[in-house]
Amino acid sequence: MSLITSSSPHASVKNNTGAFMRQVIYATLPGLAVLTWQFGWGTVINVLWAVVVALVSEALFLKARGRSIGFYLKDYSAVVTAVLLGLALPPTAPWWLTLVGVSFAIIVAKQLYGGLGMNPFNPAMVGYVLLLISFPVAMTQWISPGDAPSLQQSLQLFAGQLPVDGLSGATPLDTFRTWAGDEAALASHPILHGELAGQGWEWVNLAFLLGGLYLISRKIITWHIPAGFLAGLAAPALVAWLIDPVRFADPLFHMLSGGAMLGAFFIATDPVSAATSRNGRLVYALLIGVLIWVIRSFGGYPDAVAFSVLLLNLSAPFIDYYTQPRTYGHNKPNRGTGS
Amino acid sequence: MSDVNYKKISMDGLWNNNPATVQILGLCPLLAVTGSVVNALGLGLATLVVLVGSNVCVSLIRHYVTDAVRLPAFVMIIAAMTTVIEMLMQAYTFELYEILGIFIPLIVTNCTVLGRADAFASKNGILPSAVDGFMMGLGFLVILLILGGMRELVGQGTLFTNMQLLFGPMAAHWQLNVIDNYGGFLLAILPPGAFLGLGLIIAGKNVIDKRLKAIQKAKASDEPKVSRRVRTTGKVS
Repeated sequence: MSLITSSSPHASVKNNTGAFMRQVIYATLPGLAVLTWQFGWGTVINVLWAVVVALVSEALFLKARGRSIGFYLKDYSAVVTAVLLGLALPPTAPWWLTLVGVSFAIIVAKQLYGGLGMNPFNPAMVGYVLLLISFPVAMTQWISPGDAPSLQQSLQLFAGQLPVDGLSGATPLDTFRTWAGDEAALASHPILHGELAGQGWEWVNLAFLLGGLYLISRKIITWHIPAGFLAGLAAPALVAWLIDPVRFADPLFHMLSGGAMLGAFFIATDPVSAATSRNGRLVYALLIGVLIWVIRSFGGYPDAVAFSVLLLNLSAPFIDYYTQPRTYGHNKPNRGTGS
Repeated sequence: MSDVNYKKISMDGLWNNNPATVQILGLCPLLAVTGSVVNALGLGLATLVVLVGSNVCVSLIRHYVTDAVRLPAFVMIIAAMTTVIEMLMQAYTFELYEILGIFIPLIVTNCTVLGRADAFASKNGILPSAVDGFMMGLGFLVILLILGGMRELVGQGTLFTNMQLLFGPMAAHWQLNVIDNYGGFLLAILPPGAFLGLGLIIAGKNVIDKRLKAIQKAKASDEPKVSRRVRTTGKVS
């Protein structure tokens, strides 16, 4: 019998940044599939084109900054940014919209701040907000659920050769925002009355929920941010809905509409721009959820995941400062950088 | 007065100590009114005139104002100059005056103006002070124009729109449609566009400075080398 003697550490970890990022990309696949089923090939085209743009702009800027191109491209972080932004863009997006958004996200929001790990804001959401503010018309046109255009039509939309008007319709959030307070009108819009929540979007959000649960089971993300996010969104929605169900949407509708699940599991959980301590993550995510509900109910935009995430990205260092855990042997947590 | 170096004053104002890109002063008007070339030019010219006027006045009274009251006195002078400009613009370029609005009276609070009065004009003669005011104002104006041009071009795809507001009816057709059928890029017109644009301009200036320094260094090291090493071993030639 021969004993193998090897020195410690005995547990070897095969994970690295690239492996984690690849898992995130795999976890978006159910959502991508349902988006394609409901809204046609536009999202797939968006994602593929966004990945190309992201890799090219990342490579160009790494070269300009004198960094190793191969090493940084292999961490897949640019691909994740591109996939998330591609999923968030409307399936009717023409090529230039994605080009502007993704290149801005990679170059300005990520590389100008110093690359992966240095960006204070979620790059995908910076790109999304840039597009939403600059091109409000192109960014708010979605296809009616179940009325998916053919692959050929999607390619024409991508090339900018087909007017969107004939295909587009309001999203459930849009519709509710327009008719909030009018009971008869709310009842007459079938888009608001799917199996669980808004038509089409309920399945999209459940698919992203599925992908998110996979991420938690693989320990890529912890439960704190998604749970806090959904609780922050559902709690005020529940209270307001109990008070006035005509004026305010129910919590399930909020959680299964727009970018709620994508935001909760994939966007707010970005480890670079989120808060870091456990309590900090809960506070951070709760506030994102509350803010989304406030903007959806009272603000000028139908959905608010991007704005809320960016605002709380800005507050993440502040939240971390006040939620620093106590170190063993100390009575009080050490705050700030001093001793 | 023979030791005044006008070349240095000019270079400071235009490049080395540019109020917008180096001192980062006067950001409020710089960011707020540079949505188009004509707005930038209007406010830049107004600031330039105020700077020259206030520098000359401050220089004139520099021996009679005590240190304790100098800042209030300077602010009074600057406010008077600004009021004059405001009234002139109201009289001759009324539409532009309406567009620029609050930012004309706000020239009083432009740190560049008070900064130059205190740092330069209160210590120097009339002519150098006037030149300093002119060059600082020109440096500010140039940055305003570049930023205005960038934002107008990216935001609307045009250049020199509405120049008739400043130059009369003959300037109405100066507008250049650089990009035809341009959908517009709203962000460039909104405040974030100003911050991004100014950041890029400052970055560009720093890159040029770095290159110039590298060239100078290379020049210095190109000079014929005389070996200063003292040889202690081997054959001394």
